[in-house]
Amino acid sequence: METSISIKPVLAIAVSAVSAFLIAITGEKLRNLRETWSILASIFKFLIVVSMLPDILCGKVIEYCLFRITSELILHFRIDALGLFFAMTASFLWIITSFYSIGYMRGLNEHKQTRYFVYFAITLSATMGVAFSANIFTAFVFYEIITIATYPLVAHKETEEAKKNARKYLAYLLSTSVAFQLTAIVLTYCLSGNLYFSKGGNLSNDISSSLLTITFLLYIAGITKAAIMPLHSWLPAAMVAPTPVSALLHAVAVVKTGVFMILRVVFYIFGVDLLKSLNLETVLAVVASFTIVAASVIALRQDNLKLRLAYSTVSQLSYIVLGAALLSPSALKGSIFHIIAHAFGKITLFFAAGAIYVTTYKTKISELDGIGKRMPLIMASFTIGALSMIGVPPFAGFISKWYLSVGAIESDKIFVLAILAISTILNACYFMPIVYVAFMKKSKDSKYNGINEAPIFVLIPTVLTAVLTLVVFLCPHPFIKLIILIVNQTFGG
Amino acid sequence: MNLSEHSSILIVVIPLIASFVNIFLNFLQRKLCYPFFVLVLGICVALSIDILCQVINFGVLRYRLGGWMAPWGIEYVIDHLNAYLIVIVSSMSFIVAIYSKDSVKKEISKAKLPYFYSTYLLLATGLFGITVTGDIFNLYVFLEIASLSAYALVAIGEKRSVLASFHYIIMGTIGACFYLLGVGYIYIITGSLNISDLTRLLPSLYESKVTLTALAFFIVGIGIKIALFPLHRWLPDSYTFAPSAVSAFASATVTKVGIYVLIRISFTLFEPKFLIEMTPLSNILIWWSTIAIFFGSLIAIGQKDFKRTLSYILIAEIGYMVFGINIGNKEGFIGAVLHILNDSLMIGCLFMIAGGVFYRIGSRNIEDFNGLNRNMPITMAAFTIAALSMIGIPPTAGFFSKWYLIVGAVKAGYLVSAVILIFSSLVNALIFFRILEKIYFTKNENTPMYNFRELPISMMIPIVITALAILIIGLYSGEIISSVIKFSLPKGF
Repeated sequence: METSISIKPVLAIAVSAVSAFLIAITGEKLRNLRETWSILASIFKFLIVVSMLPDILCGKVIEYCLFRITSELILHFRIDALGLFFAMTASFLWIITSFYSIGYMRGLNEHKQTRYFVYFAITLSATMGVAFSANIFTAFVFYEIITIATYPLVAHKETEEAKKNARKYLAYLLSTSVAFQLTAIVLTYCLSGNLYFSKGGNLSNDISSSLLTITFLLYIAGITKAAIMPLHSWLPAAMVAPTPVSALLHAVAVVKTGVFMILRVVFYIFGVDLLKSLNLETVLAVVASFTIVAASVIALRQDNLKLRLAYSTVSQLSYIVLGAALLSPSALKGSIFHIIAHAFGKITLFFAAGAIYVTTYKTKISELDGIGKRMPLIMASFTIGALSMIGVPPFAGFISKWYLSVGAIESDKIFVLAILAISTILNACYFMPIVYVAFMKKSKDSKYNGINEAPIFVLIPTVLTAVLTLVVFLCPHPFIKLIILIVNQTFGG
Repeated sequence: MNLSEHSSILIVVIPLIASFVNIFLNFLQRKLCYPFFVLVLGICVALSIDILCQVINFGVLRYRLGGWMAPWGIEYVIDHLNAYLIVIVSSMSFIVAIYSKDSVKKEISKAKLPYFYSTYLLLATGLFGITVTGDIFNLYVFLEIASLSAYALVAIGEKRSVLASFHYIIMGTIGACFYLLGVGYIYIITGSLNISDLTRLLPSLYESKVTLTALAFFIVGIGIKIALFPLHRWLPDSYTFAPSAVSAFASATVTKVGIYVLIRISFTLFEPKFLIEMTPLSNILIWWSTIAIFFGSLIAIGQKDFKRTLSYILIAEIGYMVFGINIGNKEGFIGAVLHILNDSLMIGCLFMIAGGVFYRIGSRNIEDFNGLNRNMPITMAAFTIAALSMIGIPPTAGFFSKWYLIVGAVKAGYLVSAVILIFSSLVNALIFFRILEKIYFTKNENTPMYNFRELPISMMIPIVITALAILIIGLYSGEIISSVIKFSLPKGF
């Protein structure tokens, strides 16, 4: 594979770190200037990331070695199609979320907005870091930075409840990453002598299988950001954060960092052949299947809208993990497509939930009777997001489910088909009632009868992401092209 | 005369003379005491850097006192390990000296101040002496100089410090006695006190019971001096009630120099194979230190007093270093020696911050840390960095030494100890994030009492410098290992 050396990955990471600094020194008094930094940074970041696309599409890999700390611990970036795909998704959605954040935070007159924007920018920097990392050490460094930078965002409200949930958030993410992930990394180093992600896997076959099994399980338990059960409950806890945080970070950036790292571990640390010989892919598939169903069942019982969405995220993330665990090209295609499909769908849903809160201060599903008549555009977007999550054509979610099903048949795991079917039904069960009460029932409080949409900064991003969910279904070819490249790079075809 | 040739003796003599001069200076012009004191330690830093450069460029330095030949006269031998230690000790003593200006004013009566400076210089003299000397009896002399001045410095503190100091004297004296007995036994059978001479003489006497007894006395004696659990009882009280500057200085240097003595005795005076293969001693020390890490961390959780918490964390950290030295592989040793530097920065920084908080709010209780970020944002940012390093989050320095320690533990097959090391990281996470939550997210109820600003500049600069050092030195760990620590590896590692 051709390699070109470029400083672009560092720039893409630095641009939001610099903006975080500018935001901090600009402060609350010049809030328009402060928000300009956020928007500029998000646009520049996306442009830098996209500017790497032509090289990647030619089949090249972009590398940059930032810092050689010791002989094995090296801060090293290497961007392949998979990394770029994730980086593009996250950085593109940041632009939309930046506008949404402004509308949301100002609409609610939130306190400490400067702190909020600073840590938001830092989190995006670190997300790019994970996407671009060439070895598991670099990924681990940025993974930890994400954990710590999102902690102030979760604790944002500073109420007892917010602090309690932030504590839980940190306890889950930090302790598992230090206890399990770090141990797994140490074991990887002791077993193979280096920490690089390499095609076909870094670890070799001639090591005792029990040690390999332990290492793999430690990775799966240590990458808690993927919210695989039973280590998922930090994600519902994180819903106490302002909605844009839940939308971009806890539906896209942070959680996808988790599944992205699982993809890296499965395909680039262990490799297909090694996992097959150890039969570990079945373990992962079973755990992911369990998560898909169990989280959906729990979602059914949530009355708080954001909590229901959070459990839906837990369930949907495991689709991606399941796609990886099937170890077949089609399943991987579905898995990667789901990164983007879920991103657009779920961010729409969260945006809609936030829009409802900004306008009406309602958080519970039982209070949403007739809300569709009051906020038709928002609820239409919500419906599109929900349909995409269920996997109904013509929305993005359908395509990933299609590929996943093909992959399940390819790799002879028929039970996965059943899981997908059950999950689809459950998804419908927890999303459709919301759509039903919103449009069909009469509002209980008669004060508001006319149309009363959310503020413009909140409304437009919501509608935009909803439209994009449709667009991704209608012309998926640019994405599919990149995904085929990823699959080829991964399976070496 | 070439001054550089005499650096190794000057670094001991200059602070020794200065400590007496300082007292006379007090009668002439009291104002000059502090600048003089800082100047002397500044000269020591310059000398220590000169020594380190000489060692790196020309190899081991040998300085014969009074021109007497080696086994008869006292010889100062400086290799990479001492040079490294001297730089750490001199830099920390210099940094804390700057810090002490305003800090001690609050905690020590004015009349005692010159004596504080003199004793501080004496403690520095003792520590420099221990690190430069190549003679085990001379080492004892300096050990006593350092200990006696440390007792005095502790006793200058608040009311309860006198009792703490008394406790320290009793334990310290027992430790010194044990060490001296060890020296006596060695002298009886070999007739020599010079370390390089003994290295040659001792191997033929390894079978002798006297050698074993001497070694046992050495280890227990040093064990008391470095507060290796359960010989740690003197430490928490002393470091809690001593003036903050003393706690910062002593915690950053005294125990580290003790670790240095342990390395010298274990691997220079005796051959590594004597401890590791011929006696079960290193095995005993591994389990002993594992227990120290476990209990040090565990007890630290329950403390309400911040300085006391730090003291117990220090006890756990000492366990880290003793553990790393004894596992008998390259990684463990590198981890331990690297941790000497990192820990002295971290614990020094944290004790200085504890002193800073006490300076402003007059309390060391963690409960009173609520909302401190509003008043002291820079100090608290430094606190955050030091805390993350204590937990071992990359890219702070603490991660890298911990990485080597864990890799060493896994490679040597001490999995229980590896688990305990990680447990200790988690405990640190628990302790520090509990405090961080108070600092950043808890509002203070009694605001009027808390109307103050940042620390005075003389206290802030040292804190900021150490915090930045923690951030930067971590990235240069590889550099430090390849240019200094690699050369101090014992034979056969």
